[in-house]
Amino acid sequence: MNIQPAAAGARLLGLGEHQPANVVTNADLAARMETSDEWIRSRVGIASRRIAGPDESIADMAVAAGGKALAASGLAPTDVDLVIVATCTMPTPIPSAAAQVASRLGIPAPGAYDLNAACAGFVYGMATAASAVTSGAARNVLLIGAEKLSDWVDQDDRSTAIIFADGAGAAVLGPATEPEDVGVGPVVWGSAGEGADLIMIPARDKHLGQEGQAVFRWATTAMAPVAKEACRRAGIEPTDLVAFIPHQANLRIIEAIARKLGAPGVIIADDIVEAGNTSSASVPLALARMAARGQVRSGDPVLLLGFGAGLTYAGQVVLCP
Amino acid sequence: MANEEIRDGLAEILEEVAGVLPADVSEEKTFTDDLDVDSLSMVEIALAAEERFGVKIPDDELANLKTVGDAVTFIEKARASA
Repeated sequence: MNIQPAAAGARLLGLGEHQPANVVTNADLAARMETSDEWIRSRVGIASRRIAGPDESIADMAVAAGGKALAASGLAPTDVDLVIVATCTMPTPIPSAAAQVASRLGIPAPGAYDLNAACAGFVYGMATAASAVTSGAARNVLLIGAEKLSDWVDQDDRSTAIIFADGAGAAVLGPATEPEDVGVGPVVWGSAGEGADLIMIPARDKHLGQEGQAVFRWATTAMAPVAKEACRRAGIEPTDLVAFIPHQANLRIIEAIARKLGAPGVIIADDIVEAGNTSSASVPLALARMAARGQVRSGDPVLLLGFGAGLTYAGQVVLCP
Repeated sequence: MANEEIRDGLAEILEEVAGVLPADVSEEKTFTDDLDVDSLSMVEIALAAEERFGVKIPDDELANLKTVGDAVTFIEKARASA
């Protein structure tokens, strides 16, 4: 049986992001429900978030972010042969976002599928995309995290409406011919299905709910070891990272994991302050925005860490494109 | 004596996690209303207390610990049965 020659590994070629135009501040929320700027900031660390309008779909946001990542990569749409959209908030189970996003971006007949690992989705996608490149199943991959949490959140529920938001982030991966060019490290991933009921949308006509205390306990105790193991497996000390980009779940969770990671001087992503919690979009959104601000540069090692409903989690060191 | 040791230990944890002054901590005080401790800080306090006192404080038990005294009693019993 013939198999295609495989690459040494994968590397990142470009990043992109998209946020809806509509900014919802804490003052906006306080005007319509029993909450306040101080209450929200002290509990979740969010100052404002972006909420898509009824006319802006997950596919729309994914096309916007994916198009920017493609342009940044220098590749033509015809160079891409696999499109993965990490999402858990599609309005209906079929069709997937990935195939229509690929078509709209002019990518001809790629492999295309959506991946649901909730807030860990983008990092799961990074691992599967890199494996596809390394095995030769794909040459170049467009990976997008895109979410419209606002479709599934009760906008009158102050425990969730203050947190969850909309947006998309994307990366293009391609082959690394030589081992020293490999820019996607080994993934450390897993799940804890015994916690399936801690974060859930219980039915199609129901809203997203979570057990805040239990999720907080899990994230602040179980995720730092995953982060450390991802560094160890990549052969990088946490102190040698330029940035740590955990899922933007809650600023207090982010800070607790960062303390336990023990990497003083490493930039800790706090994109949640202005973006809210956008589930699988939060890691690539934060990464792309950090790169656009010049906080991270080409070749810088950064640690990605996704965790959320399932429960699922994944950590991985990557080199910035 | 055991009570005092647990209460003083909780006071230290409360100061570290939530900035509560040790002088404000007494057994009749409620975490939420009197000491202004929010639900996530309660989890951090429980985790710190688990480590310090060698006990388990599950989330469903945590919900029943309204006052400092409730926590002292729970930890004392949990330690005795450990």
